[in-house]
Amino acid sequence: MPSSPPQSASAASPLADVTASDAALRRFLHGLPGVDAVGLEARAAALGTRSIKTTAKAYAIDLAISMIDLTTLEGADTPGKVRALSAKGVTPDPTDRGTPPVAALCVYPDMVAEARAAVAGSGVKVASVATAFPAGRAALPVRLADTRDAVAAGADEIDMVIDRGAFLAGRYLEVYEQIRAVRDVCGTARLKVIFETGELSTYDNIRRVSWLAMLAGADFVKTSTGKVAVNATPANTLLLMEAVRDFRRETGRQVGVKPAGGIRTSKDAVKYLVMVNETLGADWLSARWFRFGASSLLNDLLMQRQKLRTGNYSGPDYVTVD
Amino acid sequence: MSERLAVLKTYKLFIGGTFPRSESGRVYQVTDAKGGWLANAPLASRKDARDAVVAARKAFGGWSGATAYLRGQVLYRVAEMLEGRRGQFTAEVAAGSGLSKAKAAAEVDAAIDRWVWYAGWSDKVAQVAGGANPVAGPYFNLSTPEPTGVVAVLAPRESAFLGLVSVLAPAIVTGNTVVLVASESAPLPALSLAEVLATSDVPGGVVNVLSGRAAELGAPLAAHRDVNAIDLSGADAELARELEVAAADNLKRVLRPRPGTSWTADPGPERMLALLETKTVWHPTGSLGASGSAY
Repeated sequence: MPSSPPQSASAASPLADVTASDAALRRFLHGLPGVDAVGLEARAAALGTRSIKTTAKAYAIDLAISMIDLTTLEGADTPGKVRALSAKGVTPDPTDRGTPPVAALCVYPDMVAEARAAVAGSGVKVASVATAFPAGRAALPVRLADTRDAVAAGADEIDMVIDRGAFLAGRYLEVYEQIRAVRDVCGTARLKVIFETGELSTYDNIRRVSWLAMLAGADFVKTSTGKVAVNATPANTLLLMEAVRDFRRETGRQVGVKPAGGIRTSKDAVKYLVMVNETLGADWLSARWFRFGASSLLNDLLMQRQKLRTGNYSGPDYVTVD
Repeated sequence: MSERLAVLKTYKLFIGGTFPRSESGRVYQVTDAKGGWLANAPLASRKDARDAVVAARKAFGGWSGATAYLRGQVLYRVAEMLEGRRGQFTAEVAAGSGLSKAKAAAEVDAAIDRWVWYAGWSDKVAQVAGGANPVAGPYFNLSTPEPTGVVAVLAPRESAFLGLVSVLAPAIVTGNTVVLVASESAPLPALSLAEVLATSDVPGGVVNVLSGRAAELGAPLAAHRDVNAIDLSGADAELARELEVAAADNLKRVLRPRPGTSWTADPGPERMLALLETKTVWHPTGSLGASGSAY
């Protein structure tokens, strides 16, 4: 099934003019091929049936740990909790120093400074949600100020939410321009754009919003906030991966993918890694291009890791209570 | 009248309140005392044991947190259900162990009586195993017994039903959850008991029943970090020693098999007490504050 956009007439920069006007952008996004929902879900399910064992499993577990954005996004977050989680991110398993650190810590903007100080010198990055996360229902200046705060506090990465209301109402150019505006205030911080796929109703919408965000300069496309009923699923993550793959083919620019929410077991994580390898290839198999937005996943990965190391099944008594 | 079709029963495992086949897809033949085929029982694997421990751990909070009164009621309900299935259990015990119909019926009756006896202990064990301790200071000092957690039980190889009840009931009555490995040679009463448990208010995961080889299932359970105690009643001397060594790794409580145990004798409370931990609370009493107030 072709999932790339129709070839534009201009060979030099095929996508240069699609964002010239609201009408042009709409024409482009609605010109993307429709998603075969049954085929997509079947493909995602089929990729989840691979059996990954022994050395491949050990590799996958370590890789998955190194790709985690260890997340705490609760109203009840305290500086102490952020420090504890930072310590865990830097040294996930104190009984085995060979365990790789996680990719990043993901916190609310007001906790960025705390997290920054706690992970200093470890190589673990600090990601901050911003732009009135999780609903995104605030005026653009407020959302930009939110982003500026997070960047000023030292965030390496910004996880923004799109205005789903504007997208669903068909105001594509408005969403595009908002992402551009956030992109501009991010400076050197990498921008992850959260679609909240659970609120977008259709696979076609998910494909359109993926292209929209990548055209606007997203460094990462991310499925969900983790705050609604439907979070990352294998099918909608596969759809993001296909969009990212086709986008690089068209433009040469590589964009990362981050499924978030609902990934709790090592088995699930390995399924996603298989999907990355089969859909995107080895170029994306690193923490720079693929992330898991998760919190409880890390404990399960650590228990699996202990099982592989000792041969005995581990238990929740041997990992932290977060 | 036409001849009836044979309706053979598919015996299955009992994990987390559901009846799955073994993850491995394996079965083995269960035979009667004379070697005749009785049924195919699932031959559980290491991974089934792992899944059972996860289910037991998940059920532990709710079951240990339930009031002793409620646990007693639930266990009594199990006895009611067993009573209604006496015929089935008698037939299974008779076929599996070669006992006469009358002796098998007597064993089933004794097992149901024992179940009721243990059910009655649920709200009494705290008074026997705990209480107020006299201490040399102005404190109330209270000890209460608490369930130890997930208990792996290797059911006795002989006495397939009375022995089974005698190791299972004392483990769960105090609030532990159990992964039970049925007798390899006579697993059918255990697998049928699972059907009774599933229909008598026992929350899913409190009891998980596996059938298969004691050595194959005992090894991962004894070494499992998330199992808090193991009852080796169904292990022979050599296997028991091996499993005890594996269990020592995370300081599990171990109940050693006692050769010559008569399952028909009065069991006493020992099996319950062996799977409890004591929590002691110190609470200040009397005038302690500088101002003379109580607190």
